[in-house]
Amino acid sequence: MALAELRDVWKTYQMGDTLLHALKAVNFTFEQGEMVALMGPSGAGKSTFLNLVGCLDTPTRGHYILGGRDISTLNDNQLSEIRATQIGFIFQSYNLIPQLNLIENIEIPLYYQGVSERESYERAVALAERVGLGHRLTHVPTELSGGERQRVGIARALASSPLIVLADEPTGNLDTKTGQQILDLLHELNEDGVTMLVVTHDSRIASSAQRVVQLVDGELTAWDASAEPWGTPT
Amino acid sequence: MIGFQIKRTLRAGIKSLWLHRLRSGLTMMGITFGVCSVIAMLAIGTGASQEALAQIEKLGSLNIIIQSVPPPEGQQADEETSRIREYGLTHQDAARIQDTIPGVVMSVPTRRVRQTVTHNAHRMDTDLVGTVPKYREINNITVLRGRFIEAMHLEKRAAVCVLGRNAAETLFPLGGAVGSYILRGEQRFRVVGIVTSFARGELSGKKLIGDPNSEIYIPLTTMNLFYGETTVFGSSGTRTFEKVQLHGLTIQVASLDDVRRVETVITALLKNSHDKEDYQIIVPLHLLVQARRTKRIFSIVLGSIAAISLLVGGIGIMNITLATVMERTREIGIRRAMGAKRRHIIFQFLTETVLLALVGGSLGIVLGILVPYLVEKFAGMKTIVTLWSLLLAFGISAAIGILFGLYPAYRAANMDPIEALRHE
Ligand SMILES: Nc1ncnc2c1ncn2[C@@H]1O[C@H](COP(=O)(O)OP(=O)(O)O)[C@@H](O)[C@H]1O
Ligand SMILES: [Mg+2]
Repeated sequence: MALAELRDVWKTYQMGDTLLHALKAVNFTFEQGEMVALMGPSGAGKSTFLNLVGCLDTPTRGHYILGGRDISTLNDNQLSEIRATQIGFIFQSYNLIPQLNLIENIEIPLYYQGVSERESYERAVALAERVGLGHRLTHVPTELSGGERQRVGIARALASSPLIVLADEPTGNLDTKTGQQILDLLHELNEDGVTMLVVTHDSRIASSAQRVVQLVDGELTAWDASAEPWGTPT
Repeated sequence: MIGFQIKRTLRAGIKSLWLHRLRSGLTMMGITFGVCSVIAMLAIGTGASQEALAQIEKLGSLNIIIQSVPPPEGQQADEETSRIREYGLTHQDAARIQDTIPGVVMSVPTRRVRQTVTHNAHRMDTDLVGTVPKYREINNITVLRGRFIEAMHLEKRAAVCVLGRNAAETLFPLGGAVGSYILRGEQRFRVVGIVTSFARGELSGKKLIGDPNSEIYIPLTTMNLFYGETTVFGSSGTRTFEKVQLHGLTIQVASLDDVRRVETVITALLKNSHDKEDYQIIVPLHLLVQARRTKRIFSIVLGSIAAISLLVGGIGIMNITLATVMERTREIGIRRAMGAKRRHIIFQFLTETVLLALVGGSLGIVLGILVPYLVEKFAGMKTIVTLWSLLLAFGISAAIGILFGLYPAYRAANMDPIEALRHE
C-alpha cells in the first residue's frame, strides 16, 4: 500500500475576482522509503504542494490520503496531531526558535507528542549526535553556522519519527559546499529508511533521489531536465 | 490536561519572560501597583472607619447623651440687658426623665466646675465633675487604683475625689495619690481612686464635652453642697455670667429597641420644658449606623479607584502580550508546523500572562502590607490590612492574568500556520 496518495488535488486561491489555481488536478503517490525530488520555477506551487502533504493545509478539491486516512475531512486538532506524529518539516530558513538552545529546538515535536521530558532529552541528544552536533548541545541558533542550523532543523524533523520528512529548499540559503553536505546527509537518512520529499533548485539531488518530478504552473509532471533551464543550480 | 506538561510549560514561560526581563518587569509593575493600591486603600479605609466605630461603640449603643450647650445667639431673649445667661439641663429635667419614661434603666447627671487644684507645688486647671457612682458603668470608666465614687460618699457628701489618669500624673508625678489629699482653695479632697477612659473628642461633628482622663470626679451631692445647686461662671473681662444646673445627663435604656422610642420622648419632654435650644441630644446608636454606612461607601469608593488602577495594569499586560504575539508570529508558525494544537499555543501565552500577573500580584501584596504599615507609622493614621483584601487582590491579579491574556493568546492560536511561517 502506498504511504501517501494525492488524488485529483486542487488548491485554489481567490484573488479579488480572479481564481488562482496553485495546484491543478495533481495526482501523486509516495512509496515507503523513497526520496522524491520536486523541482520547478518560483511560484509554480511547490510550497503549496509541500504544505498540503505536510497537513498544514487542506485541498480545495480532491483527496489526500495519508496512512490510510483521508486528510481533507479532518479538523484543525486532528491535523495538528498528524503533524506532531507523522510529519517532519525542514525549512529553507531553518526556522529554529531563537531563544531555545539546540536540544530544546530538537525537542519541540516531542513535546507536542507528549513524550516524557527524560525520554525526549535522550532522543534529542541521539539525534544531535546523528547529525554531527553532539558537541554543541547547549548552543543557541545564533551561535551556529548556516550548515549547523540546518542540521539542527533536520534533527528536529526526525525527532518525532515521522512517516514523511518534507524539506522546502533545504540548501537554498547555503553555499554550494555546505549545501552538498546537507544533501549528503539527507541521502544518508533516506538510505536508513526515511521517506522524503525535497523541494529544490539543486539538480545535484537527482543523483540521490529515486524520482524527480516537476511542478510548472500548478501541474505536476515527470522531470524533463533538457527542457528546463531552471533545473540547473544558480 | 494531557500533553500540556505544566512544569515544562512553566519553565518555558519563565525563560521567555526572563529573556525580556525589562519588558516583563515594567508590565508587572502595573499589576503590582494595582494590587498594592487595592490592599492599601482598603486598609486605610477600614482603619479609619474602624477607629470611629470603636469610639462610638465605647460610648455605648444603649446610651442617650444629653448635654447642656449655650443656646444660639438671638434665641437669648434679653441678651442686651441681662448679666446672667441661664441655660441648660435642670435637676427637674433629670428627675422627670428618670421617673416618667419607661425603659430608662439608668440616668447619670454630671455637673462641672472649672477650678484650680493643687497638691504641694503641683497645680492644674481642670474640671471638677460632680456625678454619681453609676457614671463609671455608663461611661466605660476603668479604675486603675482604689475605687470610684460610691453611694456612701454621696450620702455623706464626703470630700473625696477620683482623679483621671492625666490629672493624677500632673498632681502626683511621684505616685502615691490614693489616700493623699488635693486642695481646692481651702477645701481638702481625699483621693480615693485613679481612673482612665478612652478619649472622646469629636464625634461625627458633635463635640463631646470634657476629657475624662484629665478630670477630677467628686460626689454630686458634695458639689451641690460646696458650690450650690447652680454653677455660675464667667471671667472678669466679660459682663455676662453663665448659670447652669446640670452639664450632662447620660441615659441608658434596657434594650436597643428602646433607644429610638426613649429618644423621641426625651426630645418631646425637653422641647416642652425649654423655650430655647440649650441642650443637644447625642445618640451613639444613630452615629453607629451612620458610621457603618460611611464605612461602606468609603470602602466602595477607595476600592473602585484601586480597581481602576488594576484594570490599567491588566490592559498593560494585554498590550504587551499582543506585541509579544506579533513579535513571535514565526515561532507560533514553527510550533504549529511541529504539531502544536491551538490550545497548546493558548496555554503557552496564558502561562506567561498569568505568571506576570501572579508575580506582580505577589509583589503587590508585599507592598500592600508595607504601605499601610508606613502610613500608620509616619502619618499616624490607623490602618487595618484584612485577610480577605489580600485574597481578593490575589484573586483579582490571577483573574487579570487570565482575562487579559486570553485575547492575545486566542489571536496567537488562530493565526494561519502557513502565514505565520512566512512572517518576517
Ligand atoms: N495564501 C495564498 N493566497 C493567495 N495566493 C497564494 C497563497 N499562497 C500561495 N499563493 C500563490 O500560489 C502560487 C504558488 O505559490 P508557492 O506554492 O509558494 O510557489 P513556489 O513554492 O513554487 O514558489 C503562487 O502564485 C502564489 O502567489
Ligand atoms: Mg516556495
